[in-house]
Amino acid sequence: MWSKKDLLGIRNLSKEEIQIILELAKEKKAQMQKPLRRKHECVLYNMITLFYENSTRTKMSFTLAGKYLGMQVSDLGVQTSSVNKGESLIDTGFTLDQMGVDVIAIRHSMTGAPHLLAKNMKASVINAGDGTNEHPTQALLDMFTILEKKNQIENLKVAIVGDIAHSRVARSNIFGLTKMGAKVVLGGPPTLVPSSMKSLGAEIAKDIPTAIQEADVIMGLRIQKERQKGGLFPDLREYAHCFGIHKELLALAKPDVLIMHPGPVNRGVELTTEIIDGEHSVIYDQVENGVAIRMAILHLLTEGRKNYENFDQTRIYYRSFYQERRDMRYFNQEWQNSSCTTTNIF
Amino acid sequence: MVPGLIDVHVHLREPGFEYKETIETGSQSAAKGGFTTICCMPNTKPVIDNEIMVEYIKLKAEREACVHVLPIGSITKNQAGEELANIGKMAEVGICGISEDGKSVENAGLMKKAMLYAKMFELPILDHCEDLNLVGGGSMNAGDTAALLGLKGIPVEAEEVMIARDILLAESTGVHLHLCHVSTKGSLDFIRLAKQRGISVSAEVCPHHFALTEEAVDGYDANTKMSPPLRSKEDVEAMKQGLKEGIIDIIATDHAPHHVDEKNCEYEKAANGIVGLETAVPLGITELVEPGILTPMQWVEKMSTNPAKLLNIKKGTLQEDRIADITIIDPKQEYEIDVYSFASKSKNSPFHGRKVRGKVLYTIVDGKIVVDQGELV
Ligand SMILES: [Zn+2]
Repeated sequence: MWSKKDLLGIRNLSKEEIQIILELAKEKKAQMQKPLRRKHECVLYNMITLFYENSTRTKMSFTLAGKYLGMQVSDLGVQTSSVNKGESLIDTGFTLDQMGVDVIAIRHSMTGAPHLLAKNMKASVINAGDGTNEHPTQALLDMFTILEKKNQIENLKVAIVGDIAHSRVARSNIFGLTKMGAKVVLGGPPTLVPSSMKSLGAEIAKDIPTAIQEADVIMGLRIQKERQKGGLFPDLREYAHCFGIHKELLALAKPDVLIMHPGPVNRGVELTTEIIDGEHSVIYDQVENGVAIRMAILHLLTEGRKNYENFDQTRIYYRSFYQERRDMRYFNQEWQNSSCTTTNIF
Repeated sequence: MVPGLIDVHVHLREPGFEYKETIETGSQSAAKGGFTTICCMPNTKPVIDNEIMVEYIKLKAEREACVHVLPIGSITKNQAGEELANIGKMAEVGICGISEDGKSVENAGLMKKAMLYAKMFELPILDHCEDLNLVGGGSMNAGDTAALLGLKGIPVEAEEVMIARDILLAESTGVHLHLCHVSTKGSLDFIRLAKQRGISVSAEVCPHHFALTEEAVDGYDANTKMSPPLRSKEDVEAMKQGLKEGIIDIIATDHAPHHVDEKNCEYEKAANGIVGLETAVPLGITELVEPGILTPMQWVEKMSTNPAKLLNIKKGTLQEDRIADITIIDPKQEYEIDVYSFASKSKNSPFHGRKVRGKVLYTIVDGKIVVDQGELV
């Protein structure tokens, strides 16, 4: 049985746990596009999407994943809610908890925000992107896509190119891919590729051609124009020229190289249109696989919630809300630290 | 039995932030921690930048504090970094130094003028060194741990650049420069050099900078967030070495109380600082005296004798003709730190649950027992 309460990052997942998710996602992918084959396995549970940063794509992916599993999915419109009146994150969490929510998918501009919620809430928390930290479901769908196309992750060379410093996608992928035995090479302007990334097990290439030399996979990352103001690169024109991936560069990589991008793409900046729409591109497979991966995660987490019943049975004895919360934090810690090791659970 | 401990770096938060701490509760916290004299930083609301504010603090302290409270004035008006505060007027009614704590005076020209001016009144400058442009919105020490946790890092240069700048300015002006909460190996090298060159400098370290490394940030508990941030293992080792060598003269707490709501939130949003008055003695004994880094006498020098020298007050030694400020410590008593037992209004400490040795049994201020058997009278 799956035993983690939350999905906060790839950093605290074991290789076995990643394999379990990828395996189950295969099954989910076969169901998702065929309405008659969808099994409403999570029909008893509900989910709330809580997005403090806009991201139509990820939010929609979570929503549909939940719905394909039969879950009740609602969105807490951050812009129009009490959050806008200055309600703290923890108070929002408490409120949702008391209403009986089972799963929360949260996107937040600050690192560690999902961890704060997870510690304080009964609901299972999925990190849908926190600050400059992690975006675990994206990395899982990337790994799933690589596995699907290459049949392996181990020993592949994956080049991640662009704004590594601000990219939670890059960080989650570094954690995940290195755990799965791939070689990760980073490329980009030195102002956006901190040397401390080496301590996470990635290599830093001296320039873009070196990074994509003999690569099996090239991942482009979205460059945000705002970074220009911080003095991190001169402008998009120069960025595209010095760090963008175009057809001539692609010739350096393996002939069957995969081109990936978490989206949305700036056409002509990170990648040329020719490449985005070319034969190596799996960018749209990524979108489809995103739903499958999120279905797998929702399935596992809701199954893991059976753990919670152990705690819930004692609930009646609590005299106060705060007393209950204190014990719950301890319980959550134990739950989160437990790990799943058996692969054959289905 | 040791001379009453002196803390040159305390935030009492009054006036303006009474929900975090008051002069009354802060002084009680000090007494429980074994301190008989504390210096309070001027970053209150309003800022302690004129003689009226100084008088107010002194009056309040006289009425409500159970230990001696010495106010520190700000360097610039409203700590805005634009015009000099009323340093002369404040000196007249009694401040023990000037400081912009919480930030640096960004304008080097103004800082130099402040130094020249302060020298005339024989006031030391208690210098918080931090270049905000280099901090760049970071919330923990830059390096491998920040990379692992996905938090934006504060490089060591953010501190060292200012330390170097102000040492040079102190050399040229001749003022006494006291460097607050030094936290990096590089800073120590500059201070060592300054001392060799005969510049009038002294330095302090906070207990958390020799008792915790940046690894404590894992888990995003905002009680590990402070300015300067917790540093690497090498920096922590350097702090201990600096204390041993005497490059660091003083241990000060940088007692910075914050309300639970300002800490139980997103890490990057959380307030900087931790309470320190009630953990300084056990941390010093456990981390410095017991492992033999400092002898008990050297530790007392850094907790009492040297602070008294910096402030130019007749304290810090046990002599017949002196005011009877005395602290009695049981260095062997072992216990777990419990933030809920603190007299401070705030409980923001990363040391909750840590096993330590060394308990303050009695604190005597002006011959009067204020802490008896570890409890406030
Ligand atoms: Zn300071």
